[in-house]
Amino acid sequence: MSRNRFYIIIGALLVLSYLATHFVDNQYYFFAGFAILQLMVMALAWNILGGYVGYVNFGSAAFFGLGAYSAIVALNLFDASLFAQIITGGCFAALIGFGTGYLTLRLRGVYFAIATLALLVVSETLIVNWEFVGGAAGTYVLPKKNPTILGVLVVGKQNALFDNYKELLFFLMCLIALATIIICSLVENSKLGRGLAALRDSEEAAESMGVPTLRLKLFATTLSASIMGVTGGIFPYYMTFIDPLSAFNLDISVNALAMPLIGGTATWLGPVLGAVVLGTLQQIATVTISSEVNLLIVGLFLVAFVIFAPSGFLGLIEKYWKRGD
Amino acid sequence: MLEIKNLSKNFGGFTALSDILLNVEPGERLGLIGPNGSGKTTLINCISGLIQDYQGEVYFNGENLNSLVAHKRARRGISRSFQIPKPFTSMTVRQNLLIPLEYAVRADDLQGISIEEQADKIIDDLDLNEKSNQLTSGLTQIEMRKLELARAMAVKPKVLISDEAMAGLSSSEVDDILKILITLNETTRITIIMIEHIMRAVMSFSERVICLDAGRIIANGTPDEVIKTPAVEKAYLGE
Ligand SMILES: Nc1ncnc2c1ncn2[C@@H]1O[C@H](COP(=O)(O)OP(=O)(O)OP(=O)(O)O)[C@@H](O)[C@H]1O
Ligand SMILES: [Mg+2]
Repeated sequence: MSRNRFYIIIGALLVLSYLATHFVDNQYYFFAGFAILQLMVMALAWNILGGYVGYVNFGSAAFFGLGAYSAIVALNLFDASLFAQIITGGCFAALIGFGTGYLTLRLRGVYFAIATLALLVVSETLIVNWEFVGGAAGTYVLPKKNPTILGVLVVGKQNALFDNYKELLFFLMCLIALATIIICSLVENSKLGRGLAALRDSEEAAESMGVPTLRLKLFATTLSASIMGVTGGIFPYYMTFIDPLSAFNLDISVNALAMPLIGGTATWLGPVLGAVVLGTLQQIATVTISSEVNLLIVGLFLVAFVIFAPSGFLGLIEKYWKRGD
Repeated sequence: MLEIKNLSKNFGGFTALSDILLNVEPGERLGLIGPNGSGKTTLINCISGLIQDYQGEVYFNGENLNSLVAHKRARRGISRSFQIPKPFTSMTVRQNLLIPLEYAVRADDLQGISIEEQADKIIDDLDLNEKSNQLTSGLTQIEMRKLELARAMAVKPKVLISDEAMAGLSSSEVDDILKILITLNETTRITIIMIEHIMRAVMSFSERVICLDAGRIIANGTPDEVIKTPAVEKAYLGE
């Protein structure tokens, strides 16, 4: 796929998602769509470190939750807009990601994995005990009435860009997902991406060949964490309520790591594919059976793929493609 | 150009290197020999920066390298191959060479030749053309060693350290590699340090040989002198 065609498709998808908010009436699709896109962004973010660099992060939920709660802090302190909340979530998670990386990335992979898990536990405990953001009971987020951007009404019944918040949030999530795909593809095709691949293959050899491995790992961790923080930042608005249990849920960590492993970790296409297929299955299961089975589905897929198709959907497709030649 | 002053390295209570003093001249071809476990690989790990917590000093062109991590030393022009090959397995042979060319070599050292051309030239020199666009998993043991050396050469180093690049190679292949290294040394005047167990190769290659035993330099001189040193004979053959 040529670069131009890639950007044209991304642009078309964005326009399409905006049109959908006008021509699709059933609000359920926006609700489900948001959930799937959120999975996709988390999967893409996880893959920047887990797939490109080979460092396993169990703490995705920590960066997500910290993104969500820093957005709440921004709201409580400055009455921040939705946009400002999202940015705050991304920046704060980036900061924490950088710090965690700085403290642990000198060590080998296992320590980093453990540190991310510890970060999850520590952040949840801190938030549970912090009354300013609602403590264990959580806090409500009331959507602002008649928000405007550059003088244009964003959400309203008449002459507004969107009819309601669900549609706006769905569109924003599409925007974030597409932007993340662009970021990932830029990373993959850059000097940076090649350096990351080298360090994943052999850290010692990469370092001896001039690759600044620590700096690249820090960059990947920070980028990955900031994207997770962005999804966290938008989340309270979407739920209109947030509590530590849902923000720092281990399900989020598991999903973020399972989607790329099931889809394939080599390129951005893997996490996207994994999230679309599994996210859709999860939504169907939620409607037809119960949301309790979601993690079971992911778990079964994960086990099956790790054992039978370690390079994911993409690996399988590639294999059949070659056989067809 | 490369000065090692009072270098020591312990692993826990075990002394792998003790008080190494060594000067290597620009353009020199130096052989480094010593029985298994004598500290040869550890010494080049200290020089290349993969080990940084050593005692003593490593100077390169007058600059103290102690505080520099490995990738910075590579950019200064110190390159090494690995005794146990560590290829970038997700990449083709050619892509393996592009990593150092892209990351370690300064733009003006490329002399206007693209990094792709530089990679192809090295691939050609080491007779790896057929495997150029294959993943490293498809390489034979010997090709793997050649790739290891090729990648170290792609750093465009001022000092090239090869750690047993010839183990397992046939006699004619050893000659091929020797010829490549000698040509490289004579045309570009880069310093080459060769660690090798194949005596015939080190002795014919080196202008000077040093022998390590139990972390100490026990001989330092021309190949003939070193091989006749009683301590060397003793280290290699036992009592
Ligand atoms: N990371 C390490 N931890 C503990 N001991 C080590 C480590 N690396 C090397 N050693 C020990 O240091 C000594 C020197 O090892 P080194 O690899 O430098 O030897 P060598 O001369 O390269 O041997 P060979 O010819 O077998 O390659 C050995 O006894 C080895 O067991
Ligand atoms: Mg060795």
